[in-house]
Amino acid sequence: MLKIAKERLNELYAKINESMGLFIPIKRAGEVNYAVWGEGKEVSLETLKTVKSPKNMFFPQTENMMQFKTEGKNIEIVDIREEYKELRPFVLFGVKACDYKAIEVLDKVFLADPVDTYYQNRREATTIVTLACSRPEESCFCGVFGIDATAPTGDVTTWLDGEYLYWQVNTEKGKALTALVKDLLTEGGEKEVASQQETTKTVLEKLPFANLDLSRFKPENLNELFEAKEWEEMSEACLGCGTCTFVCPTCQCFDIRDIKTNEGVLRYRCWDSCMYSDFTQMAGGNNRTTQLQRFRQRFMHKLVYYPSQNDGLYSCVGCGRCVNKCPQKLNIVKVIKTLGGKNND
Amino acid sequence: MINETLIPKIGVVTDIRKDTPDVKTFRVVGTDGKKLFEHMPGQCAMVSIPGVGECMFSITSSPTNKEYMEFSIKKCGCVTEVIHAIEVGQQITVRGPYGKNFPVEGDFKGKDLLFIAGGIGLAPLRSVINYVRHYRNNYGKVVIVYGARSKDDLVDIDEIKTEWMNEPNMEVYLTIDRPQDGWDGHVGFVPAYVKELGLDPNMTAVLCGPPIMIKFTLAGLLELGFDKSRVYTTLELRMKCGIGKCGRCNVGDKFVCKDGPVFRMTELDELPDEY
Repeated sequence: MLKIAKERLNELYAKINESMGLFIPIKRAGEVNYAVWGEGKEVSLETLKTVKSPKNMFFPQTENMMQFKTEGKNIEIVDIREEYKELRPFVLFGVKACDYKAIEVLDKVFLADPVDTYYQNRREATTIVTLACSRPEESCFCGVFGIDATAPTGDVTTWLDGEYLYWQVNTEKGKALTALVKDLLTEGGEKEVASQQETTKTVLEKLPFANLDLSRFKPENLNELFEAKEWEEMSEACLGCGTCTFVCPTCQCFDIRDIKTNEGVLRYRCWDSCMYSDFTQMAGGNNRTTQLQRFRQRFMHKLVYYPSQNDGLYSCVGCGRCVNKCPQKLNIVKVIKTLGGKNND
Repeated sequence: MINETLIPKIGVVTDIRKDTPDVKTFRVVGTDGKKLFEHMPGQCAMVSIPGVGECMFSITSSPTNKEYMEFSIKKCGCVTEVIHAIEVGQQITVRGPYGKNFPVEGDFKGKDLLFIAGGIGLAPLRSVINYVRHYRNNYGKVVIVYGARSKDDLVDIDEIKTEWMNEPNMEVYLTIDRPQDGWDGHVGFVPAYVKELGLDPNMTAVLCGPPIMIKFTLAGLLELGFDKSRVYTTLELRMKCGIGKCGRCNVGDKFVCKDGPVFRMTELDELPDEY
């Protein structure tokens, strides 16, 4: 275990920033989000939940894919991925356990064969420094999904406690990063970290959603859950605004669109939402015409379909962002309580 | 090596055949005049006109055609509208092949095969039928039942009449929905015709057409004693990426683009009824 005094963190950031990009929670206009670090920026590692999850580091909200130049009947494709070859390695700093698990969930989608090279390029260029939670909130329920908020992995794990940030190396990438900043780090901290973890765990156990029962969300119950009459009541108030999908660290649905520019046609992709009415609209019809169907799709995907495709891994990590942000106070916790199993009372 | 799967190839339309009032078949090769890529019967490709949009279409030509690929496209939306307006020589973009194919090298081998198509539903089946004709000795008897709204809506009718109807050990039954001048063949809907024909339930069946046709034809086949595990069909849902990532064509634990479009009826039974 290594450590650095909190008041020297700016030196650490500056040192990393000399050779790599640094994305870190930064407070701007009252909101904290992952952004590029620079001198004078207000870093807020203590913020438990950034408004947007760090997924847009690998899967940006909009991303240019290619360009087409057309002349008469001819088309030329410009592969703008060339710019990625020059992609500067970067460090994603301060990722909480839930958001780190969410990256694992996204990896299984984007890095599965055939690999999504846009995602892969960004992912490979990144070193992830996680930060253990010490003050979880009421809306947190990562423990339900087997996530230990006090010991996230990543390339380096850090703990913020008292006057120090404690630093533990986990991978080769983490080792390389540590070598870069070794002059700023000193030995020590095992005891402090262990003590913080113990205290946090007692808080985690008492959280209101700590004991949600997921036992019914199994592939063999897929059709029974799909047919459940409770979807009607649960989805009744859903506006289809898509807020839950945008703040969700695991939602990965996207659209691919073309836009005409002065330089030709630009093809880009952008986040989309299964909550939107035109998401599945085809010339020949639409297989999900009601909000009930769309609402059900989102939660069935997270709790049943995705786990069925990925060895039981849920695509909810219990970050609680949707719990805080839904304008109608609908959320996955209510779905789990209603359909997850009999120990949810 | 970088997988180029989201970056398309440029294709040149070298021939356009007007099959019906709203279906055209487009012949496509690469800019070097060669076939763009190899595929297996039932697989699809994303075809696009930059600036207009990109859509998934089944590759209607057989993989045994080594010179070019063909797409039979019905005019029914914003993208197909523009595709129908293009002329020979126009470049388009194509990426693929995507999805699982019909088990022509697996479960179909040595079997008697029944193909049932309605309207543009012939497009994906044409690929399999011509593949089977090419490797004729690998398969048993072939029966084709094909129906459309009118005689003018039968896709690939020239090929059906000149080639398929003259193929040994291959029976072709055509039908149209309503009586029409100049048509002396069968009149009536596909599901009813299938039952009338009293087909051998030991055949392996492939259904492709509008959902309503599939539903009633399947019911008819089951009445005749067909086994659901030997009945195949294809699904069609909105797609954007084609590689199981954009989320659009997800039904239950399947992605139609990646796990389909070809499904056994028994597989569909396990999926939620949302396709």
